[in-house]
Amino acid sequence: MKSIWTITKRELAGYFNSPVAYVFLVIFLLMTGAFTFLIGQFMDRNQATLQAFFMWHPWIYLFLVPAVGMRLWSEERRLGTMELLLTMPISLWHCIIGKFLASWLFLTLALVMTFPIWITVNYLGDPDNTVIVASYIGSFFLAGAYLSITSMTSAFTRNQVISFILSVVICLFLVLCGWPPVTDVVEPLAPRWIVEFVAASSVMTNVEQFNNGQIDSRAVIYFLSVIGFPLFATSVIIRGLRA
Amino acid sequence: MIQVENLTKAFGPKVAVDDVSFSVQRGEILGFLGPNGAGKSTTMRMITGYIPPTAGVVKVGGNDVTEKPIEAKRLMGYLPESAPLYTDMTVEGFLGFCAEVRGIRDADKSKAIDRAIDMCFLKSVRHQSVDTLSKGYRHRTGFAQAIIHDPDILVMDEPTDGLDPNQKQEVRSLIRRMGQSKAIIFSTHILEEVEAACTRAIIIDQGKVVANGTPNELKAKSELANSYTVSVSGTEAALVRDKLGSVIQSSKVTIVNDKPPTVVARVFPKSADGEGELGRAIFDIASQNNWKVSEIKKEEGRMDDIFRNITLPDTQAQ
Repeated sequence: MKSIWTITKRELAGYFNSPVAYVFLVIFLLMTGAFTFLIGQFMDRNQATLQAFFMWHPWIYLFLVPAVGMRLWSEERRLGTMELLLTMPISLWHCIIGKFLASWLFLTLALVMTFPIWITVNYLGDPDNTVIVASYIGSFFLAGAYLSITSMTSAFTRNQVISFILSVVICLFLVLCGWPPVTDVVEPLAPRWIVEFVAASSVMTNVEQFNNGQIDSRAVIYFLSVIGFPLFATSVIIRGLRA
Repeated sequence: MIQVENLTKAFGPKVAVDDVSFSVQRGEILGFLGPNGAGKSTTMRMITGYIPPTAGVVKVGGNDVTEKPIEAKRLMGYLPESAPLYTDMTVEGFLGFCAEVRGIRDADKSKAIDRAIDMCFLKSVRHQSVDTLSKGYRHRTGFAQAIIHDPDILVMDEPTDGLDPNQKQEVRSLIRRMGQSKAIIFSTHILEEVEAACTRAIIIDQGKVVANGTPNELKAKSELANSYTVSVSGTEAALVRDKLGSVIQSSKVTIVNDKPPTVVARVFPKSADGEGELGRAIFDIASQNNWKVSEIKKEEGRMDDIFRNITLPDTQAQ
């Protein structure tokens, strides 16, 4: 466990030793703010909820999470430090989890820094705070799911740009396959059960549960598997690279 | 400490390392020689557990690297080729990270960092970021990382590559000093390095071990070994060749240099000339003919000679 934390610490320090962390935090906060107030019409809704805030997360994360995770493994490959890291007396799993946790913690920090909007909505009205907490948890899982996919794509290549684009495409698929404007078009073309199955495997349908204030065990299991499988794939890819 | 048995690695149809076996004991410094692409790095990567072998076994301190990787890796320090480092860290931060990953923490950690920094002369760049370091300092930081846990076994891929002559000298003496208590393998294509630092050398070519012995044993295999180089004046090249060629103990005479009035000739012995009979015979001929001998030298054989003879035919064939 200690070695996981050592990897996590180094990786986290890596974000803050470069401008990446600060640029990301500023842009994330600006974007969530802009989407909530300008496009989501937070004020005009006249509702004491943070729906206008959370509804944009799957879209904002779509670009920002791959940007945070794209260097996880591709940078190790580019610098050649992968050889150093993997000849240390730690298992590959510790490295994968350590790195993943570092990025996830960083994204969690970004999410925590949106707390002023929570204070705002509590100051202006009387919102259901359990819904807000559930939504934050959903958003946290969503970031983890995208990040895990990015960890996998960054193990594919030493090129961060390719890693970023691949990750955006895969995450976009996970969003669109459950997004009503897309499912409505597909619905008449395919058997109903297929459409429902695909839609059920979308991050949209599952994050919706949290945004409605429910912490459904199925949604939790869904996110844990969407996090677990790409991390497993990351280990397969890295082992394959060395064979 | 290190046992390599029938190690083979194939990348698709290309066999990079082909049935290589050797072992290294404590107190030995093994030089790993070979032309570029001979399979040196691949062998080292298999020893350190970075890539799995296609066939064969590597045992480090009795631990099979494939079956007990963590135990085996704990005993080793490894400097990969071109010394990769995390460029966003300071030298001290990087060494601290390597120590922590190896389970060295708190007070032991700062002691280990101090020791490695001292041994590798990194004091002046201790707090500097790695990406601002010159190549020599980067290399030494990589070296420091490999010895941070004072390992029993050191594996280094071209540890002096890209260093200036003074730094090469420093690294070599560091290797020699540490070799007294550790088992060390290092690869190089600088032959003088092998003579300067190794107790034993292996020459590998196209994935196969083609020579294995102490530097002196290898040198003795050279064509030049035990030949005499003679510089004489007051005569002519043709005459020198005739007269020296008539010595019973000699097999062949070549004229190395013919710049009147001096002639430099090389006399090769028929068999290993242990007693120096050939040398005495050369002196006799010279005095009989009133040649002025300005120099006579018995050759030990040269590393580059044996290296070329063993590996050149293949390189040319490509």
